[in-house]
Formats: sequence, C-alpha cells, structure tokens
Amino acid sequence: MTKVRISDDALAVACGADAVAAACEAAGCSVERVSSWGMHWLEPLVEVDGIGWGPVRVEDVPQILPGTGSGAATRSGGVEGHGRDRVPSRGLVEPPVPLHQPAAGPLPRSGEALYVGPIAEHPFIARQQRLTFARAGRTRPLSLDDYEATGGWAGLRRALALAPDEVVGEVTRSGLRGRGGAGFPAGIKWQTVAAATGARKYVVCNADEGDSGTFADRMLMEGDPFALIEGMAIAAHAVGAQQGYVYVRSEYPHAIAKLSAAIELAAARIAPFRIELRIGAGAYVCGEETSLLNSLEGKRGEVRAKPPLPAVAGLFGCPTVVNNVLTLAAVPHILAEGGAEAYAALGTGRSRGTTAVQLAGNVRHGGLFEIAFGITLGELVHDIGGGTASGRPVKAVQVGGPLGAYVHPDRFDLPFDYEAFAAADALVGHGGVVVFDDSADMAQMARFAMQFCAVESCGKCTPCRIGSTRGAELIDRIRLGARGLDAVASLPQMHNAAKVPRSRAEDIALLQDLCETMRFGSLCALGGFTPYPVLSALKHWPEDFA
Amino acid sequence: MDRTERLARIVADHAFREGPLLPILHDVQHAFGGIDREAEAAIAEALNLGRAEVHGVVSFYPDFRDAPDPRPEVQLCRAEACQTRGVEALVPAAQAAAGERVRLTSVYCLGLCSAGPAARRGGEVFARLDEAGVVRLIEEA
Ligand SMILES: Cc1cc2nc3c(=O)[nH]c(=O)nc-3n(C[C@H](O)[C@H](O)[C@H](O)COP(=O)(O)O)c2cc1C
Ligand code: SF4
Ligand code: FES
Repeated sequence: MTKVRISDDALAVACGADAVAAACEAAGCSVERVSSWGMHWLEPLVEVDGIGWGPVRVEDVPQILPGTGSGAATRSGGVEGHGRDRVPSRGLVEPPVPLHQPAAGPLPRSGEALYVGPIAEHPFIARQQRLTFARAGRTRPLSLDDYEATGGWAGLRRALALAPDEVVGEVTRSGLRGRGGAGFPAGIKWQTVAAATGARKYVVCNADEGDSGTFADRMLMEGDPFALIEGMAIAAHAVGAQQGYVYVRSEYPHAIAKLSAAIELAAARIAPFRIELRIGAGAYVCGEETSLLNSLEGKRGEVRAKPPLPAVAGLFGCPTVVNNVLTLAAVPHILAEGGAEAYAALGTGRSRGTTAVQLAGNVRHGGLFEIAFGITLGELVHDIGGGTASGRPVKAVQVGGPLGAYVHPDRFDLPFDYEAFAAADALVGHGGVVVFDDSADMAQMARFAMQFCAVESCGKCTPCRIGSTRGAELIDRIRLGARGLDAVASLPQMHNAAKVPRSRAEDIALLQDLCETMRFGSLCALGGFTPYPVLSALKHWPEDFA
Repeated sequence: MDRTERLARIVADHAFREGPLLPILHDVQHAFGGIDREAEAAIAEALNLGRAEVHGVVSFYPDFRDAPDPRPEVQLCRAEACQTRGVEALVPAAQAAAGERVRLTSVYCLGLCSAGPAARRGGEVFARLDEAGVVRLIEEA
C-alpha cells in the first residue's frame, strides 16, 4: 500500500491538509499525520513513498499517487516511477508566484509543478542545522514510540542520573540563552532558582507567543510536544520543582489540544513532577513573565516591578523558572551525552547554539529555518526566503515582533546575534522576521506600533498607557500635515503647552521626545520597546511621514 | 441543573487548582456565553474574593465578555505579517459579508504568519485568504 505522510500542523490544516489527507485515504493509501517540515509555501506538503509534493489540493491528489489517474505519466514524462532526476527539482530559485493561491478551482495542476522530491534533500531543509526541530516532519507528534525511537527521553534519563547542580552546569556550559526575547542565560536563571529557598518551586513555560511573525513555539507544541515536556522535567530536576505550568495563548486551539493530550500521555514518564496546561485570555502583555505569573495566579495580567525576580519570588511568591517554549525544548538535546559541548560549538560571540528563525510576511519561501546564530539577515531574506512573495523589492523587515525595529535593507549584513542586533538598535526577540515590500507605508506601520501598545498596555505606567495614544495621534497629525493648535495643547489646564501651533519639525521632535520618555519611563518592554519600530521607521523612511 | 447549580459545579471542578480563577472564567463563559454580574458575584463568593476583584479580572482580558453574544464569531488577523500579505484590502468585503449576523473581530496573530491573511472560526483556522475565501468563510459561519 502506498504510504503517505501529511502534516497535521495548524498551518497545513489551514491550507487544506485535512481534505487532502482524506482524499489520499479514499484513494486507498495509508496516511500518517506527522509534524510539519516548516516549508510553509509548500503546505499541504504530501510525502508519497518518501517523495514530496506540494502545495497539494484535493484535485491534485490523482496526479501525485502512483498508479492512479494520469499521475505517473504527468510526473515523469511517461516513465514509471518517481522519475526524480527527470523532473526539475523545485529549488530555492523559481519565478515569483502570486501572493494568494487562486481559490481551489476544478483544474488539477500537472504533477511536475508540484514535485518537491526527497524532502530532507530540499535546499531549504538541507541548509538548516536542526536540533530543537530535529523531528520536524519526521514523527507523529503524539506517538511515544516515535519519540523514543528518535532519541526521546535520553536527556531526561541522563539528567536524572546527574546531581541537580551538574544539570545546571551543563545548561550553563551550553551557552543556552532565553529564546523568549531577552536572551537571558538559562543556566544562570536555573542556578538562581536552585539556590533560592521557598516552600515550593515551579517551572513555568511561557507559551504565550504573541508576536506577529512568530510561530516556532506553536510548531514545537504541535509537532514535538514531548520535547517540551522533557525539557520541563529536566528543569524541574535541576531546580527542585514539583509543579510545572504551561501558559498557552487561547489563539492556538491546535497547540492546546496537542499539548494537553501529550501531557496526559507523558504523565507517568515525568512523575512525580506534574505539568498543568493553562489557557490565556487574549492579552498580549501576559507574555511578559511577571504578568503571566499574575495571570496564572488568577489576577489581572499587570506587570510586576522587579526585583524581586521571579527566580526568587515568582508564582505565589515561590522561586520560579520562567522560560520560553524553545528554551525548554532545547534542553533535552543539551542534556544528552555530549550535547552541551555540541551546542556551545555552534553560533557566534555570546549567542551560542541554534536559533529558530521564522520567515514570515511577504516572503516567497516562508517557514521555519533553524540555524546556528551568525547567519546574516540578507542571507535569510534573499537566499533562503527568496525575497518577497509579491516579486517586488524588499523595503523593510521587522525582526523580533511588534516591539522590534524595522531594519532597512542596507543593514542586511547584520548577523543574527543578540549583541550585534542590540548594537544596531534592533531586536532578535523571538526570531520572527517579517518581510515588507515597497508598497508598505512605514508611517502607517509606526502608527500601528503605537496603537498596538495603546490597546495592549496593562495600564500600570503612564508613558505606556497614555504615551502610546498620544503617539498615535501625533503620527496622524504629522501624516495629515495638520498645522492647527492641537486639541490637547489647547486645553485650559495645559498651562505649559505652547499656544502657537507646532511646525512639522516640532511635531517630529515631540514624537522623538515622547519615544525617549516611553523608552526610559516604562516598567516593561511593551512601553519600553514600542519606540523601536516607531523611531526606526522615522529614521529610515522619513519620506513616508510627509 | 439550574444556573446556580451549574455555576457551583464549575467552581467546584476547579477547586483543586492553584489560582483557579482563569480556568473557572473560561468554563463559565463557555457554559453561559458570558460572565455577568451575577456570575461574578457567585464566583467571588465561592473563592472568597470581592466582586470588584473578579470584575477586574473579567474586564482585563479581551476573551471575556459580560453578556452572551449568540452570533457566530470570525476572527481576522490584522497583525503586521498579515498586513504585508494584504489583509487590510479584505476588510471591507469581510465587514460587508459579516453584516449584523456574524461577529467579525480582529486578532493580532494566529501563528500562520508565513501564509496570511489568516482567520479563525472557533477551532478552525484558515490561511492564504483572498476576498472570495474570506467572504465564503464568513457566510458559512
Ligand atoms: C510585552 C512582552 C511580551 C512578551 N511575550 C513573550 C512571549 O510571548 N513568550 C515568551 O517566551 N516571552 C515573552 N516575553 C519575554 C518574557 O518576559 C520573559 O523574558 C521570557 O519568558 C523568559 O524566558 P526565556 O529566558 O526562556 O526567554 C515578553 C516580554 C514582554 C515585555
Ligand atoms: S510598559 Fe505598559 S505594559 Fe509594561 S508595565 Fe508599563 S503599562 Fe504595563
Ligand atoms: S500575523 Fe497574521 S497570523 Fe501571524
């Protein structure tokens, strides 16, 4: 029987994978639902006896199955078999495709157009260094057998044979830094929790992944949930925690379903440590770790002042490890024999190991690209991403989510590295890279950043809560070229405001001043980093503000 | 079971948890379509909190509503990555298709950012939407 593998990742499903899987089953194939390889432009990607085809629609199914319809003929010019070397491989260079796939029409496409070949040899996959995503595309997410057979639990087994401080030592030696945004060394955080005293200790996984342009946490939770569970169990052993929580955003129904099933399946494997899944409720700021802890405690998701650090007084006042999904999922590999050294051997400067880059937005080859730190932004956008999906020139990329700077293509030499990005006033963040073509209006994007901050602000500090609203108004005023006295300045209680209308130059100076106030006067990075997209847009594309 | 009993049952179901309020609110909203003053008061009483505290939590989170809305909901992602792929151009058609019958809301990212514009309808997700696609999924809601 023909063996077919199709992803059940939410993105594949959103692109129609369930119907394609059903069609393959109806055609008599045995269908396995696996995780996604992360080549999103090819989803639904169908692997037929080891050969990939994509993006496949239901009408295309006869074209790609051996012995059905005109499949074999179309595929390899009349020659039986998969004709791998007869069909031009769809490499990384191909003509621009329309941004939107035409709605499913009745006409099947030729097999040739869908031919991907042996998936692991595809340049997009072959160029990667997959550690955290080593299983992507290869295993059934909820199969304990698949997990075990691909090295699952080896890290936990070895960790449990080590003393807790030796486990912390391995993580420190690996150079692993937090993948949630701030890049704080994981080993030091664990060390702090291990050394702290408290009635109980907790391991909390931050799976709130609110940044636009990011989906690696989602892919990991859906595709390899046991790796996250194993990482949490190792962390628990290292710091002496009894209870773990995973806080997942409510916008991820598929991840929630997979993870809750996986937690149940693995409960015996990680006992006496326990993990409970908690669902967020639509607040972006709950990704900030102290806000997340408040939310777990059943409170408003307001940010707490630090100190105390969560590592010392976190959940219910107890010492708590808060780590991102990818940080924790990297741990099983690190704890496997020789893993720490192998991890530390990759990367550049103080950014060790691999980073899961998420290519998103207007990019031809969007998806998940895991590679050692140090790869340049230009390589990612052009060589790997293939430029824009629209075929127009790249105008800007936003790295690191809604709080990340807009980077101009003249800085595409920037290597993916926390320090290099920081020195360029940019943010690696969670590794999302959103590509914009030349139709983007950067003043509009700057306004969006302010508006997003205004909507999502937890309300605790004034520069963020009020500054963001004033910022959006100010950008509107600049864009409209408004020259009257502005409404706020003319209020009677604004004694110190100038009573003559501001010029454009004064408006821009005021916006910059407001950004400074937000940067230095905000308690957390929501208010503190919103100025980055705003100021970078203003600096590199001043013409858009005219 | 009447409403009061159902509420009490939900609260009791989560009593074993640490910090049970959010799971309770999710379930109450799921059962009754919203979390009204009465429900807030009952939850507050059961958890030994003030009603203001519970109301503060309910009103903080965008997912929670105070009154049921029987209309089907479609969430359209309007975050940056979907903007680069043209979601804003779909909004007028989406609004026209939704009318008063469907509650069309904006979300900021569904994690489908390489294949936007994206939308969600309950547990279903949609990607690579064009105008016809978004109109269809709203009409079928
Ligand atoms: C507004 C805001 C949103 C954040 N959202 C997330 C998030 O969705 N996921 C995440 O892991 N970290 C997020 N963070 C960072 C966390 O506060 C924290 O640094 C991180 O969870 C620590 O884990 P790590 O050391 O493994 O990165 C956010 C921070 C801020 C200020
Ligand atoms: S910066 Fe904004 S989100 Fe952060 S604590 Fe202050 S008000 Fe809350
Ligand atoms: S930005 Fe729309 S799905 Fe992420």
